[in-house]
Amino acid sequence: MLTFLVRRLLASLVVLLVASYIVYVLTAYSGDPLEDLRQSTARNKEYLMQQRTEKFNLDVPPPLRYFIWLSGLLRGFIGQFTLGENILGQAVTDQVAAAIGMTLQLITASLVLAVFIGITIGITTALRQYSTYDYSATFLSFLFFSLPSFWVAVMLKQYVGIAFNDYLEDPVIPPLVIVGVALVAGLVWMVIIGGPVRRRLIVFASATLATGAVFTFIALTDWFNDPSLGIVVIALLGAGVAVLVTALVAGLRNRKALYTSLVVALVGVALYYPFQLISLSLTLWSVIALGVLAIVVGVVIGWLFAGPDRDQSMRAGGITALFVGLLVLLDRFMQSWDIYVGSGTINGRPIGTVGSATPGLTGSFWIEGIDTFTHLLLPTAGLMLISLAGYSRYSRASLLEVMNQDYIRTARAKGLTERTVVVRHAFRNALIPLTTIVAFDVGGLIGGAVITENVFGWSGMGKLFVDALTTVDVNQMMGFFLVTGVVAITFNLLADLAYSALDPRIRVNS
Amino acid sequence: MIPPSDPERQNIEETTHFPETSEDDVEQVENAIELKEVEGISQTRLVLRRFVRHKAAMISLFVFLGVVGLAFSSIGIDAMGIKTPGWWQFNSVAIYDLLDGGVPSATHPFGQDEVGHDIFAQVMRGTQQSLMIVFVAGIVATLLGVLVGSIAGFFRGRIDQLLMRFTDAIIIIPVLVITAVLGSTFNRSGSFVLAIVLGLVLWTGMSRLVRGDVLSLREREYVDAARVAGASNSRIIFRHILPNAIGVIIVNATLVMSATILTEAAVSFLGFGVQFPDVSLGSLIHNFQTAFNTRPWLFWWPGLFIIIIALTINFIGDGLRDAFDPRQKRGLNRVARKQRTVVRPAEEVGA
Repeated sequence: MLTFLVRRLLASLVVLLVASYIVYVLTAYSGDPLEDLRQSTARNKEYLMQQRTEKFNLDVPPPLRYFIWLSGLLRGFIGQFTLGENILGQAVTDQVAAAIGMTLQLITASLVLAVFIGITIGITTALRQYSTYDYSATFLSFLFFSLPSFWVAVMLKQYVGIAFNDYLEDPVIPPLVIVGVALVAGLVWMVIIGGPVRRRLIVFASATLATGAVFTFIALTDWFNDPSLGIVVIALLGAGVAVLVTALVAGLRNRKALYTSLVVALVGVALYYPFQLISLSLTLWSVIALGVLAIVVGVVIGWLFAGPDRDQSMRAGGITALFVGLLVLLDRFMQSWDIYVGSGTINGRPIGTVGSATPGLTGSFWIEGIDTFTHLLLPTAGLMLISLAGYSRYSRASLLEVMNQDYIRTARAKGLTERTVVVRHAFRNALIPLTTIVAFDVGGLIGGAVITENVFGWSGMGKLFVDALTTVDVNQMMGFFLVTGVVAITFNLLADLAYSALDPRIRVNS
Repeated sequence: MIPPSDPERQNIEETTHFPETSEDDVEQVENAIELKEVEGISQTRLVLRRFVRHKAAMISLFVFLGVVGLAFSSIGIDAMGIKTPGWWQFNSVAIYDLLDGGVPSATHPFGQDEVGHDIFAQVMRGTQQSLMIVFVAGIVATLLGVLVGSIAGFFRGRIDQLLMRFTDAIIIIPVLVITAVLGSTFNRSGSFVLAIVLGLVLWTGMSRLVRGDVLSLREREYVDAARVAGASNSRIIFRHILPNAIGVIIVNATLVMSATILTEAAVSFLGFGVQFPDVSLGSLIHNFQTAFNTRPWLFWWPGLFIIIIALTINFIGDGLRDAFDPRQKRGLNRVARKQRTVVRPAEEVGA
């Protein structure tokens, strides 16, 4: 195993070096780094050109100049690590450090969401193969896959971001729109749940009525300008989450698991008011710590309830705790919403369409959290939509393949419930091939992020890249590439390791 | 980028939803039908027949041909010295009087930009360019990928190691990044050169797949037989191995093409692709980006055409994938299902 790891690491390093050489030379030959000086009218033009040439060793041909850059990298071993300076004289390491945070945020958020939603769609379509839902989801994933990312980003910016901000200024939803949305929602749910005609009609009617009611409520109370859930809604949603999680994780027959989840939800609701009291003094890390604590409490409650399968109860408790905690957190963010929207720098237009944070905005953890959210929302949605399609197709194909295996037949023959067969036997095995896909997708997401950042005016890695290419700034380009390359290599390596760890058929003896 | 894949071929529902019925019956009926269907048909005819049966792919094929026809007939061709007139009264470079501020009208169905260009003509010109780039890049990438993949897979050993590590090195550079870098070097030489450059970037996925296929095909008996008969390496590769990998190659070529149009558009959108005065669908969106608030229609049409082209190519690829897969029975399913309902009319297809 260790030899395998070392060999893989060395091979990755060589691959990275070759790739960096390619990028360096190609970038250096892509244009003239003295272009802006040549066209300038400054009197000391000749001097400036000579200065830049000397500073960046432009008189050395690029295939050799690469090694000057590489020596800066290698000097990391004696503590003098340097990526050089960009054309404006700023250290590239500082530039990268400033840019990397936001881009990683964007990529992580869209990756997690795309994987989660994509797998959900893929699994459900596979279980209901050749249904209307399956065909519609298939068509939609082909459509999403064919969307140009920048086009989606611009459309989202205009027709979601700016349109929503305009709506907030004059918060009226016409009744006709409510009826239309309710009917569409009813139709969607009907198609998703399916079944015989009678069930379809019941689903259609209840989904239409529920959606209509929610939207009427939103329209009447001007909910989007002062959103909140309140303890009653949290209690209801919490109970729903508890039942749903138990149904998926342990099956509703397992009463102890069900009691675990319900008690966990109850504890969450009981802690609602105490949480409000301490919430103003919280920071990001203490919120994460609280989240971990909540999961631990959920697991402990599950352990206490035990039941026929202690693991199942613990799992149900932990997952329920996580979701109830997220609900309480969401409610707390909503309470700060009107302060955020009303503040001078936001001025009633909360959905950010430019940049990754509102300049000059300061406030508590909650205010800043909302600010990050409003700026991340649209770029993440745009980026996610496109990789979503791939995940849903792959997980569908993967589950279909697994469901045809002999061990699934055996599981059924043993008399296991459909839930156990799907969740415990099929689903886990279907996820194995997806690890490789995730690794490959990260590279695509980095490319997508360049575009999305461009549309939304973020100054992240994407801007670094575009600027570097426009000014033929090789050092800055290499700063960009080093980060993306290392990320891509790391994910590929992780995928290989995860694959061999998950699938015992794959042996990694070198 | 992840290609959408649709490799479900097995009849899941027979095992999933009818655990109580005898599966042997169903299988026997299906096998009988399959045998009858493929009796005395060549491989090509079989693939063609399966493809024609794939509804989404056939519709897509017609829509795609329609777009090609529209783009090349409307404003005519003006490339490599060949000039043919089109039936559209305006062209993409001339400036016309602004009608009603450029809002789409009967005269200018796609509207006009702020100067007075006819957007329909521009979008058609952009579509021509984008289609040309798709085909040229697709062919270049396919040829290169097949060459690298088959050499690596056939000779194995050190050559394989070397070629695959090189492929890895290209793969870890995000496609958009390397295309933009190359684009900014070569875009002044015109869009044909850009297309070739795109092809030189997008071959990696093809080479990996072809290598995998060749690795297994080279172990077949007929390859041994050919070698015993004295065939040279190149003859074995080109006459015996590659024709058997044609399914993988063709299907993946469509994927490369749909990736090409999106990459070209993205690179042109960033400003490193096709340059003014020449236009592609991506560069049109790039040029109109600032005018979005006043003239949103400038934005809709090029985007719409990119989506149509990419979507139809993806569906055609999906149809080809199903057609080339010997395990696929989707077309057969309906027939088999009919047969089954005759046998067991009371059976309800439940979900």
